[in-house]
Amino acid sequence: MTKIKTPGISGLILDEPLLWEKGKKGRRGMSIPVNDVPEAVLEETLQGQGPDFPDLSEVDVVRHYTRLSQWNFGVDTGMYPLGSCTMKYNPKINETMAATPEITSAHPMLDDEYSQGTLKIMYDLQHYLAAITGLPGVSLQPAAGAHGELTGMLIFAAYHKSHGSKRTKILIPDTAHGTNPASAALCGYKPVPVKSDSNGILNIQTVAELMDEECAGIMITNPNTLGLFETNIRKIADIVHSKGGLVYGDGANMNAVMGIIDAEKCGVDVMHLNLHKTFSTPHGGGGPGAGPVCVTEELTKFLPTPLAVKDGSSYRLKYDYPDSIGRVHGFHGNFGVLVRAYSYILSMGADNLKKVSQLAVLSAAYIKEQLKGTLPLAFNRPCMHECVFSDKLLHDDGVSTLDLAKRLIDNGYHPPTIYFPLVVPGAIMIEPTETECKEDIDQFIGVIKKIVQEAKENPELLHQAPTIAKVRRLDETKAARNPCLRG
Amino acid sequence: MRYLPHTDEEIKEMLEVVGRKSLDELFCSVPDDCRYEGDIPLPLPLNEWALKEHMSELADSMTVTPKFKILIGAGSNHHHIPATIGALISRSEFLTAYTPYQPEVAQGTLQGIFEYQTYTARLLGMDVANASIYDGASALAEALLMGLRIGRKKKTVAISTAIHPHYREVVKTYLEPTEYTLLELPFGEDGRTDLSGLKEIKGLAAVALQSPNFFGVIEDLETASSAIHDAGALAISCFTEPLAFGLLKNPGSCGIDICCGEGQSFGMTRSFGGPGLGMFGCKEKYTRNMPGRLVGETTDIDGKRGFVLTLATREQHIRREKATSNICSNQGICTLIATMYMSSLGGSGIRELAQLNYNKTEYFKSELIKKGADILFDSPTFNEFVVDFKHDFLPAYERLQEKGIIAGLDLGRFYPSFAGKYLFCATETAAKEDIDAVVKEVL
Repeated sequence: MTKIKTPGISGLILDEPLLWEKGKKGRRGMSIPVNDVPEAVLEETLQGQGPDFPDLSEVDVVRHYTRLSQWNFGVDTGMYPLGSCTMKYNPKINETMAATPEITSAHPMLDDEYSQGTLKIMYDLQHYLAAITGLPGVSLQPAAGAHGELTGMLIFAAYHKSHGSKRTKILIPDTAHGTNPASAALCGYKPVPVKSDSNGILNIQTVAELMDEECAGIMITNPNTLGLFETNIRKIADIVHSKGGLVYGDGANMNAVMGIIDAEKCGVDVMHLNLHKTFSTPHGGGGPGAGPVCVTEELTKFLPTPLAVKDGSSYRLKYDYPDSIGRVHGFHGNFGVLVRAYSYILSMGADNLKKVSQLAVLSAAYIKEQLKGTLPLAFNRPCMHECVFSDKLLHDDGVSTLDLAKRLIDNGYHPPTIYFPLVVPGAIMIEPTETECKEDIDQFIGVIKKIVQEAKENPELLHQAPTIAKVRRLDETKAARNPCLRG
Repeated sequence: MRYLPHTDEEIKEMLEVVGRKSLDELFCSVPDDCRYEGDIPLPLPLNEWALKEHMSELADSMTVTPKFKILIGAGSNHHHIPATIGALISRSEFLTAYTPYQPEVAQGTLQGIFEYQTYTARLLGMDVANASIYDGASALAEALLMGLRIGRKKKTVAISTAIHPHYREVVKTYLEPTEYTLLELPFGEDGRTDLSGLKEIKGLAAVALQSPNFFGVIEDLETASSAIHDAGALAISCFTEPLAFGLLKNPGSCGIDICCGEGQSFGMTRSFGGPGLGMFGCKEKYTRNMPGRLVGETTDIDGKRGFVLTLATREQHIRREKATSNICSNQGICTLIATMYMSSLGGSGIRELAQLNYNKTEYFKSELIKKGADILFDSPTFNEFVVDFKHDFLPAYERLQEKGIIAGLDLGRFYPSFAGKYLFCATETAAKEDIDAVVKEVL
């Protein structure tokens, strides 16, 4: 076998106990101002003991988190081809912009005249996202993708209510994100699964048979979670609309189609965007994200309030939307995340955003082409920003998708998304994004080929992996059976 | 563009491999009637230096601390943030990682969340805490939905009108399309929630209070939770100022079943209201009804301690529409910030800081009373309180504004009968002279 060079080598990792396993009573890790007013005494019955936290010094805290950080793999560490998650590079200037002192110290409840800068950011971002999707109404409040989905479903419910009907079901394709059914259920909709056809996309006839006047509409992810474009979307939308339903577009995969598709022309009525995917804001180990919702002109009146509007040369928050579903967030959403996306859009401009989608699709298509002889493709059709393989061949060698994923760790890669979408057995879903250069993509392809060969020659290497990470495979059954959720 | 590494030559090579003549041809599966026409109407791109200039112009149009002293909390609180936090969270191994689905390469995030859950549970006196929810308001909505799940056939929940008005709006939004009934409970002249009518409510699943409430008033949670339990409902408490629990009895020891609220005070900037942190905990017996992610301790195949996401069977990727919530993220990095903050203070520090905050508001109140103002509610408060100046305060408010002090929030927007009454906040960041400056203007 030719020797493939991989980025994964071992290095010194320092162990670190839990916070409460360190410290000494009397230490302090932070300055507290001196008391310049008289001491006051709270009535005894309301006073508690104070929490049982260890006392730590500043160095204790700094070293603790520095060591913890070294046990993590991030986009800045290396390639993170996690399908459906768009783990692209998170530009540093966006962090600097979000850390502008006048932005970080902005209070959300002051009168509009005090907050012109932050209101302009909201107003402009609403317009930029409208321009990118083709849907004119935008609310920035939803704090994450699933929060955007919920907001969308609340808008569906408000729309049907305004037409004097209460619908009970919603169509959800089998390739949808797992949060879709849960978001719809919160609004009282029973999900009706829609099977995708042998090409991995939605069939017009199937939708026509399922859609009726009890159905609030359909939730479509496009490109879908197989990385395929739903080519029938316009005709499906017409069917749904003809029965009085609405079309929800899950925009989680917008990174593939900026400047390529117009959501309104696709027949989409409501769509959320994941700013932490397409618009490069960091995922932060699980959040915070932002999931703004874009809607057609007709549905704008249902958006959460307030919206930022412009009067002459000044900006203000407008609350007066009597049909609004109301607030979905305590203030204006994850504003700091919005600033990062705003900076990204301003840095890119229209041409570069379109190029992002083109290169994201090119990189995925390239990986698909280079690996289709090594791993079986789920669907051999033109892919968009991600490609999905199955574990059929790996099975023959007695190894699983999980084994392949763990072996990638030892080679210095974050594994792709695995076992999703559910319609593909042992799915391996690879999304390289546009920010990985060709050499790195080539090296990744080489490593996958090497691992597949190892699976035939020495499957134990895969079964035992990872061996050089901070920990080896963890006992998830034990964690769930006897939950230890705190110290 | 500096984020796009592909050279023209590489693009050509890659196109050849995939058998396409141009980048446009990659999109052959997109039908014509779906296509974007023309260019996206966006401003021309700004380079790094131009972007900085643009942002600094926007910054100049803001009225903010430290140029201005803003004596308003109302769910977004001003506290000092140690420099360590900025330095530590900018470590991109934390910042640029995804949800820890591959635990072997995410032990930093996972141990960090496990520690956050522990600190949160200890702070609130709850048996368990989750890995966080979006913010205080959505946490309250989720807590009420959780109460309804536990209450099964009980279809009604009641919330105090002394809860932050925005939180109540979010709850209303979440419950609107459901079959559930949402009632609001009045507050009495002491500023505390009036629970006298609970027993008449049929099918009551849960009752929610905020403490300290929107008026800064510390609710009597012990009495409240027994009244709520007597009415056959679960007791939920929420908060916008978690620092209070450095001094107050924690909600768990007062008999609260589910406790949630906004954690922004713990090391997060106000940033126009987000991102913050929805802290969320409950009694152990309700763990499996809890929304949101959980991290648990386990061992690896060599017996070494490690952490994983666990009890996922509650969650939407397994239970689909029957999940305990649709939430599939947490506030990630914000949980680390909160734990960095709590651990930097330590047990003795959080006590000292909470007491200092208490001293400031008590001083503020006593000086205003000396000038003839009334404190609207006479119950004990923490960090915030409502002032009735008994005359038009607006001229003084405007004079103070000219001096760079934003003196309180007029409550008329939220409680029409309280128009002209102001909600004030003073934390450790308010120096005695700032407080004295306000008091001086009160005639």
